[in-house]
Amino acid sequence: MTDISQLALSILTAVPLFGAVMVMVLNPGCRHYSKRWSLGFSLVATFGALLICYGFEPGKEGFQFEEEYLWLKNPVVYYHLGVDGISIVFLLLTALIIPFSIALSKSPDSNPNLYFSLLLLLQCGLTGTFTALNFFHWFLFWEASLIPAFFLVRLWGGRQRAATAGTFFVFTMVGSIAMLVSFLALYFALGTFEFNELAEFGRQGLLTEAISQHVEIAGLSANKLSVLVFSGVFLGVAVKIPLVPFHSWLPDTYTQAPTPVTIVLTGVMSKMGVYGMIRLLLPIFPGQIRILQDVLLGLAVLTIVYGAFAALQQTDLKKMLAYSSINHLGYCALGIFASVTVVGTEVHWITEKASALNGVVLQCFSHGITASALFFMVWILESRKGAGRKLGGFSGLRSKAPVFCGLCGVAAFASLGLPGLSSFVGEFLIFKGAFSLAPTAALLSIPGLLVTAVFLLRFFQITFCGPCPAESNHFADLNSKEILTAVPLMALIVILGVFPDILIRLINPKAIEIIAHLAP
Amino acid sequence: MEPFFIVKNLWLIPGLPIGAALVITFMGSKRKSAAYGLSVACLALSAVLSFWAFSVVSGHEGISQNVDGSAEIHEDEAEADAGNVFRQTHNFTWISIGFEKIEFGWVLDPLTAVMIAMVSFVALLIFIYSGEYMKQDPRFTRFFAFLSLFTGSMLGVVISNSFLLFFIFWELVGLSSFLLIGFWYHKPSAVAASQKAFLVTRIGDFGLLIGMILLTSSAGNFLFYDEGKGCLETQALLDLLGPAAIGGLTIAGLISLLVFFGAMSKSGQVPFHVWLPDAMEGPTPVSALIHAATMVAAGVFLVARLFPLFDLDPTFVSGVSPSLSVVTWVGAITAFYAACVAVAQTDIKRILAYSTVSQLGYMMMALGVGGVAAGMFHLITHAFFKALLFLGAGSVIHGSHDEQDIRKMGGLRTLMPKTFQVYAIGMLALTGFPFLFSGFWSKEEILTTALHWPASKIPFLLGLCGAFLTAFYMSRQMIYVFHGKNRQQSGSGSIHESPGSMVIPMAVLAAFAVGLSVIGTPIWPWFEGFITGHPVPFRIGELFHLSHLALMVGSTALVFGGYFLAWKIYGSAQSLGENHPDRLSSYQPWLFGFLNRQCHVDELYQKIFVKPFFEIGQFCRTVEEKWNHSLTSIVSAVTLMISWCCRWVDDWLINPGFDYICDRSRRVAGRLSVLQNGQIQNYLRVGGLAIAFLMVIYVLGGMI
Repeated sequence: MTDISQLALSILTAVPLFGAVMVMVLNPGCRHYSKRWSLGFSLVATFGALLICYGFEPGKEGFQFEEEYLWLKNPVVYYHLGVDGISIVFLLLTALIIPFSIALSKSPDSNPNLYFSLLLLLQCGLTGTFTALNFFHWFLFWEASLIPAFFLVRLWGGRQRAATAGTFFVFTMVGSIAMLVSFLALYFALGTFEFNELAEFGRQGLLTEAISQHVEIAGLSANKLSVLVFSGVFLGVAVKIPLVPFHSWLPDTYTQAPTPVTIVLTGVMSKMGVYGMIRLLLPIFPGQIRILQDVLLGLAVLTIVYGAFAALQQTDLKKMLAYSSINHLGYCALGIFASVTVVGTEVHWITEKASALNGVVLQCFSHGITASALFFMVWILESRKGAGRKLGGFSGLRSKAPVFCGLCGVAAFASLGLPGLSSFVGEFLIFKGAFSLAPTAALLSIPGLLVTAVFLLRFFQITFCGPCPAESNHFADLNSKEILTAVPLMALIVILGVFPDILIRLINPKAIEIIAHLAP
Repeated sequence: MEPFFIVKNLWLIPGLPIGAALVITFMGSKRKSAAYGLSVACLALSAVLSFWAFSVVSGHEGISQNVDGSAEIHEDEAEADAGNVFRQTHNFTWISIGFEKIEFGWVLDPLTAVMIAMVSFVALLIFIYSGEYMKQDPRFTRFFAFLSLFTGSMLGVVISNSFLLFFIFWELVGLSSFLLIGFWYHKPSAVAASQKAFLVTRIGDFGLLIGMILLTSSAGNFLFYDEGKGCLETQALLDLLGPAAIGGLTIAGLISLLVFFGAMSKSGQVPFHVWLPDAMEGPTPVSALIHAATMVAAGVFLVARLFPLFDLDPTFVSGVSPSLSVVTWVGAITAFYAACVAVAQTDIKRILAYSTVSQLGYMMMALGVGGVAAGMFHLITHAFFKALLFLGAGSVIHGSHDEQDIRKMGGLRTLMPKTFQVYAIGMLALTGFPFLFSGFWSKEEILTTALHWPASKIPFLLGLCGAFLTAFYMSRQMIYVFHGKNRQQSGSGSIHESPGSMVIPMAVLAAFAVGLSVIGTPIWPWFEGFITGHPVPFRIGELFHLSHLALMVGSTALVFGGYFLAWKIYGSAQSLGENHPDRLSSYQPWLFGFLNRQCHVDELYQKIFVKPFFEIGQFCRTVEEKWNHSLTSIVSAVTLMISWCCRWVDDWLINPGFDYICDRSRRVAGRLSVLQNGQIQNYLRVGGLAIAFLMVIYVLGGMI
């Protein structure tokens, strides 16, 4: 038993990879089997993630299920895996969303084997990213998850898939390269790729000095140099989330990608950026964040408000939800940057910072499920023949499809932050922290909440209320298979709204640990 | 002290209706009577529990009186309040954040006790009434699910001892109001009204949210009352008096103003009142329960609950803190403004809606001038008679086949005699007909308190004008609806009285509209004693106190003036029909039109808020499209340029070189290929040669 548990995370990462290979070599003739097999493999991984969650002891300091082997001697690279209270939440989210996406995918006409195995590869990449504790293979997984996503958009996307996939790839690639260069600079300066050790340097404030000793670019001063290195890493995660000036790839990519893939993109891949912020930016570069805090908080506010307003007048539902995703992840950025602003070790400050950080992780999880649920609703509209996914293409569906309307209502109200549903807790905790730590930024973000409510209510009312036109008369309500697919997400939305402690008790000890380590 | 059993289980009071709502949701739309039975039974049970809780609080009063009876207590009134009021809580941890706990809990104190008793009782009557009113509706079960959800959330609001729990229920109340206003979702006007209600109240709720965060962060505790550590208790409050925040306000002042935003939007105070009249698009029982009796009073309740915070002022004079002054002025202006607008309305429900806004203004004004008991007493009496009036209006609408325009009614006094009787009681209570009706006493109490407000007398005068206008517009409505001949096109033959299950709830409400006077007269102000924790004796002399008497005579004269004027203008008119202009509008066409259009507030908001709001959205969308488009073009242009460069380099530098090398190697190979002529002997020879050569190297190398 001990032997297995020492390899638990590697196995968890390998299962979808193995599955991807197995699905790839299936006989291309039996297209129905590829969906079933891939769903099976991803559910096995889900089961594994749940087992790890079951074996996880909340409140224990440091990492659990750790694996550490020397991999390369020069450069010094460890194969180092582990989960803590924060990464386990992301792991669970991955394990939840990928099977959901596979379950609602329709087998594509061309090459279903490849489609499903790419989804499994994506799961492998995401799992690897959320468990890696060494930059070297963390980055490998980070990049590896990009490739299946690119091909999924490129091969099965909408009409402009070629241009969109290209933009998507170029943007994320540029960010990644910037990040890689920064980490190489860190390696030259500090001689390690280990997150723990880098964080230790960051905590003691040795980073700036070490970088200036080993790296020289155009005669920049030590501070500027460290900010430059920080900016590279920041660019990498900011493109992934994305924060507003770096978001141009997102609306088209989300719109052009097949909706099940959009669900993975928004549900999990956007969270990679937030995870990167928590794992890399926050512990390693607290000093640099403080130097740039006004700019960074400004970007977070811009992301929140601009994202919401840009969603307001969209007529393509997928585009509207895409901008809404930008807006929701803006709150995460706000929480993370706010948690660094005030320098203080009093219990009161630690509580407020931990509150923001708890809120960020919770918001990630709950945005993952609510956004997936909303895209699922759009997917249903799309897959029923008729008006496509234009706002106003449907109306008065409430009488034709009461179950669909009810579930969609739950998802929409969850997304606009109604108390009692999951998103409220995350947003509340972020704002609770932010109002003490960065009151101006928090105040400026409030309009975002209002705008979100406006466009989601409009979507809901235009689609479901009003008189029902004749062409919608044959709109079928959700069938039992679709209900079964949606129920886990819906149940989680309600359960987490009422009992957020299920996740908070995992996150909070780790949040305190991170915050306590930040304090200079 | 170990809390009472009922305190620990107070959650059952909201829990039962919410549970009923969940069960009905999953029950299917066919089982109408089961849904009706379940929701009424659950609510009846929580009403019983509420009365139990109420009796616990009122029974306890005498005991705590024994504890503090000495004279020195009166030197410090805040202390005495805290000592006298019965208050028990039950708290538990919801989540732990950082080193802090976010706690939930419920509190039983006089404020909670009277609210749960009122809400559950009024709601029960309205549930019974709705069973008949909504009988024909195909979504009958859904209606009762929503109604139960609302009642549960409302009861949750009043029992919460945790600010966060309060906020959660507060928003759920808003959600159920949204669902019920838009219940007839095929009507575009109902859909628009529900959206407006949800969004306008949400704007105010952001104020409440921020206020809550500031208050609870500063106190480090989410509970209102927590054995001295709660955020409404002395210690936490004194901390808020410290440094000034913005514009000379203390932090306490700032927080209470933020919270008041929430209260204003929920209670339809100017300038957030615009959603409430539109909310009348919902079914009439909904208007009675939510938009007259209970939910809209939640804002008043919020101010009453947080009164210690609102009252906090460095000068320690009750009723003049900056935030309470704001409350007073907003209340007074709302009371007067809404009464003016009500004069010129023609829809029976809209008149009542504006009257509700106006009465809520009175309650706010009462709280603002420091009269918590007066405000709460008016809240309770108003809940009964306004629910009665709305149910009466529902009965009228039901009986005259969904007609809501008072100009098309008339003569219903003989056609619907029972409805007429109860409606008249409600109207007299609302307008404050002297002595017999509860509304008179609660209004008198408010005016008395306002008269003694040290800061200004103008709110009091606005209140008096409002009282006059109330008498006027209600008489106008009564005359239009019940007096004279019926003016309906289809003839009066089909107009019918409502059945017993609708009349009986109204009769019960009417009994309370009269009977509640007993507990609120100046002779024996039991209610005031109950709320403040200072039991008051029976004192007949109080009534003949000069100031009381003068005020009573004066306001009564104004009320009768209102009745008389309305009768003078409308009573003698032979024709009140739709085709004849309103008498008032022929005197003052511009003013009447202005009031009829609600002073153009809606149009104004449309212009200065809604339109710019969507224009920003449009602007962002345009920027996005332009920016995205140009960025994508730039990226592709750059990519193309790079690939073009690469190709050029490839074609002109690398390829020629490579080709040259290839060419050369081919030629060399051609020559060399002569060697490979396929003759094995040759190969063997070469092999032998090579072996020999290697041998040489090996041997010679060894020697060297």
